[in-house]
Order: sequence, then structure tokens, then C-alpha cells
Amino acid sequence: MTTGSAPAPQNTRTTAEPGARPAGNRRAGGHPKRKGNSETVAGYAFLAPWLVGLFALTLGPMLFSLYLAFTDYNLFTAPEWSGLANFERMAGDTVFWGSVQITLIYVLVGTPIKLAAALGVAMLLNYKSKGSGFFRSAFYAPSLIGASVSIAIVWRAMFSAEGPVDSGLSFLGINLGGWVGVPALIMPMMILLAVWQFGAPMVIFLAGLKQVPAELYEAASVDGAKAWRKFISVTLPMLSPVIFFNLLLEMIGAFQIFASAYIIGSGSGGPAGATNFYTVYLYTRAFTNNQMGYASAMAWVLLIAVGILAFILFRTSKSWVHYGGDTK
Amino acid sequence: MSTIESTPTAPPPVQPIHKRRQPPRRTAANVAWIVGIVLLTVVVLYPLVWMISASFKPSSEFGSNQGLLPENPTFDNFIKVMEGVAGIPTWRFFWNSTILGIGAVIGTVISSSMAAYAFARLNFKGRPLFFAMMIGTLLLPFHVLIIPQYMIFRNLGMVDTFAPLLVGKFLATEAFFVFLIVQFIRNLPKELDEAARIDGCGHWRIFWSITVPLIKPALITSSIFAFIWSWNDFLGPLLYLNSPENYPLPLALRVFNDQSSASDYGATVAISVLALLPVMLFFVIFQRFLVAGVATQGLKG
Repeated sequence: MTTGSAPAPQNTRTTAEPGARPAGNRRAGGHPKRKGNSETVAGYAFLAPWLVGLFALTLGPMLFSLYLAFTDYNLFTAPEWSGLANFERMAGDTVFWGSVQITLIYVLVGTPIKLAAALGVAMLLNYKSKGSGFFRSAFYAPSLIGASVSIAIVWRAMFSAEGPVDSGLSFLGINLGGWVGVPALIMPMMILLAVWQFGAPMVIFLAGLKQVPAELYEAASVDGAKAWRKFISVTLPMLSPVIFFNLLLEMIGAFQIFASAYIIGSGSGGPAGATNFYTVYLYTRAFTNNQMGYASAMAWVLLIAVGILAFILFRTSKSWVHYGGDTK
Repeated sequence: MSTIESTPTAPPPVQPIHKRRQPPRRTAANVAWIVGIVLLTVVVLYPLVWMISASFKPSSEFGSNQGLLPENPTFDNFIKVMEGVAGIPTWRFFWNSTILGIGAVIGTVISSSMAAYAFARLNFKGRPLFFAMMIGTLLLPFHVLIIPQYMIFRNLGMVDTFAPLLVGKFLATEAFFVFLIVQFIRNLPKELDEAARIDGCGHWRIFWSITVPLIKPALITSSIFAFIWSWNDFLGPLLYLNSPENYPLPLALRVFNDQSSASDYGATVAISVLALLPVMLFFVIFQRFLVAGVATQGLKG
């Protein structure tokens, strides 16, 4: 998945329900049995490319990387079973824990800031509909290009000692001497790059805001609610399915940040491991050090971490996500 | 950030025609809204304006002239950058990126619309399960797959060709597109399909003659996203392409970036501008499709 893209809320929950209308179908054909068969044949025929992709490029590789996680494998000789050795090494690998730490900070701090910005600007745009189309598009643009190598290069130049950010700050009496070489400043710089791409979740928030019935705000006004109260008691609960959806997709996306970190750190993870995000370290282990077993183990740890995160979100969502209103 | 906000850039058009009709008591709030949103636009678009400006600055101005206008505007950065890297002219990287992008569009549109038709319109055993799996792959971290996929393509002798970057596109592995088109088909009236079926049309005929023409907007959205994502993709080419003559732009950019020292930001930024130009052009032309694609699918399903 690429950042800056997102399918939609609500439907992700009703997933396994696409086939709820067979009755009408059957009747139209007149020969229920034969039609059912021909639909099965046609169904699999249309699905054939996707099925090949699913088994050959997704499910198969997933299972194979699970196997590799328990082996020693350097790509040139056959994988050798090593039991839990990769995971034991991981537990004692300080570089690994460093990458876990910065990735978690990036995900858990960066994503909420990004979504808060997205929601704030969406509400600003929703305040007036006329003329907001231009701004909506302008704010969306960074989401489309933000993860590219070009922007990573520009970001690095902007935050360098000669760049405009530093000279702007020195104007205010703050002299940092460039952010790129300072390990402690890499994280703020990366989070700013993420927040700059607030446009994609903003567009989804905006679509959600448009569906909040105006009567709810009117009723709240009659009850004497002020703006802040309306935000807490009407906007947030009504938007909670969209917030849930954005949180899930943006966090999973943030775990996978690669190109920006790789370019800003020149592929080395530096300075002092500050750009050594989880996926950068995984790539280095696999394709620079040829430790495919270790990297596969890392990949599965990532998969399980993302799974746990999604599970926690789904579990807690029962207490804060409200479905209802005018859903069809 | 305050210096950034006060930098003189051309403010975006504000559509004053509509303003006139607003009742006067709301004027103050409107002015505050416009000021706020214009300032925000300046901040958000600043990096893009800065990069364009920096690409026209001679290297000597970098670091000394922080204004948005170059004192001695020059094309030197672009001329230098078009010479290429590692003996390969820069147009070659553009060509490679274009081929990959067109391949991605063709593969994605064909395979995703077929899968979407099956999910949205055909009733067959196993569909709910496969549909759930398709949604599941939306959340799957891609990094779990890269090592085995690399082994597969290496065994097939496809490393250092474009095949590994395109095969997946023809097999609809990007669930986002399947999902987007499924949502679109579900919103189409079924009566046309049923009428065609009564007339004796098979599924292929219905798909080609009825569904495909009706889902054109979704196919356009998918094509643009497929092209831009392919154009910007870095990890895929980094994994599979070794020879510089096969490099698409992101890999060439990386080489530029690693080679040029801090003194030559001008050239590096110039090639970044060139690489983003097609994407920005697509965005300006098709932004309605893109924003609508992100916004509405699903919310109205």
C-alpha cells in the first residue's frame, strides 16, 4: 500500500457481505440450477488473474517467509533450519530495538498529530463550501507526492544548514546548524513530513463531516451548547467510524515508511541510527547483509505487531465508535 | 515558521464573485476564514514553491539567498542534470519510468476491473471468503512479501528486468483498485445487466459492453493512481533493477542525491522538480477524479 491513498470507511466492516442479494438474481434467469453453475464458472474466470496473484504473490510468499523466519538463509545456499535462533538474536540486537523505538515513536506520535491536523483543516473547509474545492485540492497534493524520492530530497535540502527552515529559525535567534546531521532533530523532521501529507485523511474526514445531519447541531444549539461542546458531543461521535478508519490505515501506513527515511539517511540509517526505521533495517539485513532468514523473522514480527495493533483498535472501537445516523 | 508565512508568494485565487452575495453580518467571520485558509495554503505549498525556485538558483546562491526569487536565475542546474548520471542520459530514466507507468496502468485496469466485476456482480461459491481476503490484503504490510517474491523472480531469471515490477499489476495484487471498482459497480443499476442477460448475453459480453463503459470514471481514477504510484515507487525498482540503464527516475534521483555534495543542491533539486513535473501535471488535470476517488467511494456505498 502506498501512502496517500485510502479506500473507504464503513465498508471495511461489512466486508464479507457482498453476496446478500442472490434471490433476485436467480429469479431473473429462470433456471436457478444451471445459472448458478454458469455464474460459478464465470466468477472464477473473471477472478482468475486475481486468484493467481493471491496465491503466487501474496499467500504463498507469506507462508514461505514464515518458514524462512526459522532458518538461516543467505540467498545462495539452501535455507537451513535454525529454530528460534533468529528471534533470539533479535531480542539481543540493540540496533533492532533502536529501529523499533524510532518506528513506534513515529507511528504513535506522528499519526495522531497528522490526523488532528487533517480533522482541523477538514472542519475549517467544511465551515464554508463555496470556494473550498480549490483548497481541498491544494491540501491534498502533498499526499500524492509526499512519499516520493523527490520530496525526500527537497525535505533534506530544506532542513539542511543552508536551507530555509534553519535560516528562518536563526532569524528568531535559534541556531540549529541544520537538522539533517543531528540525530535528535531527525524525528521532528520526519513527523513534519508526515503531517504535511494530512490531505488524504482530510478528504475522508471532509466527506464524513458532510454526512453529519445539520439537525443535530441545531438541536445542540437549542440546548445551549457552545462550539466546543458541539465538537465533543456531536462532531466526534458522528465522525468516529471515519476516525477509526483513518487511524487504522494511517498507522499501518506509517509502520511501512521507507523511501523518505532511506533517502534522508542516504540508505545508511544514519546519523546515529536516527533514520534506521524498521523497514530500512529490514531491507539492509536482507539485501545488504544477505540475512534473509533474520529479515523474514523481522517481517513476521512487523506483521504480528500490525495485527495486534489492528486487533486492539477493533476491540476498543466498540466503546468509542458509534455506528448509526443515516447509514443506509 | 513565521518567516515562512510572511514570504511573498502569489496568494491563490479566492473566487470573489461568490463573496458578494453573503449577508454583511457574516463578513468578519468570512474574512478571518479566508485569511486563515490562505496562510495555511502558503505553508502547505511552500515546499513546492521553494523547490521550483531553488532549481533556478545558481549554486552560489544556495544558503545565501533565502528569498523565493533567484537573484540570477539560471538554467544551468537543468542543463547539468539532463547530462545524466553514470554515463546514462537523463531522458533514459524518464523513458523507463514512462514504460513502467504505462504497463502498470494497463495491467491494473484490466485485472482489477475483471476481479471487481466478479466480486460485485457474480454469485459464486467462495466469494465471501475471497472478498474478505481481498480486504485483508489492504492491511497487509508489503515487507512480509518482498523476500519470497524476490526469490521467485530471481529463480525465473527476471531480476534486472521490468517484469517483477509489472507482473503483480496484471494480477490485481493492489487491492485498493479492486475495492474502488467494486464500490463503483455496486452503485450501478442492475437492470441493464438483467435485461442483457434475458437477451442472451453472456458474462463476458455484459462485462465488456455494459459494465466497462459505465465504470469509466472509476477506471480513470485507477489509471491515474496506478501511474503515479508506479512513477513514485522506490522500493520495487531498488529491489529488482541493478543496471543504471534500467533505472527509473526514483533510482536515478537516489544516485544523484548520494553523489552530489551539499554544495550542489541546485542540480539535485532540479532533477527532483523534473521528476515531479508529470505527477503535478496529472494532478492539476485530474484532481477532481483523484479527490473524489479518495473521498466518496465507500462512504456512499
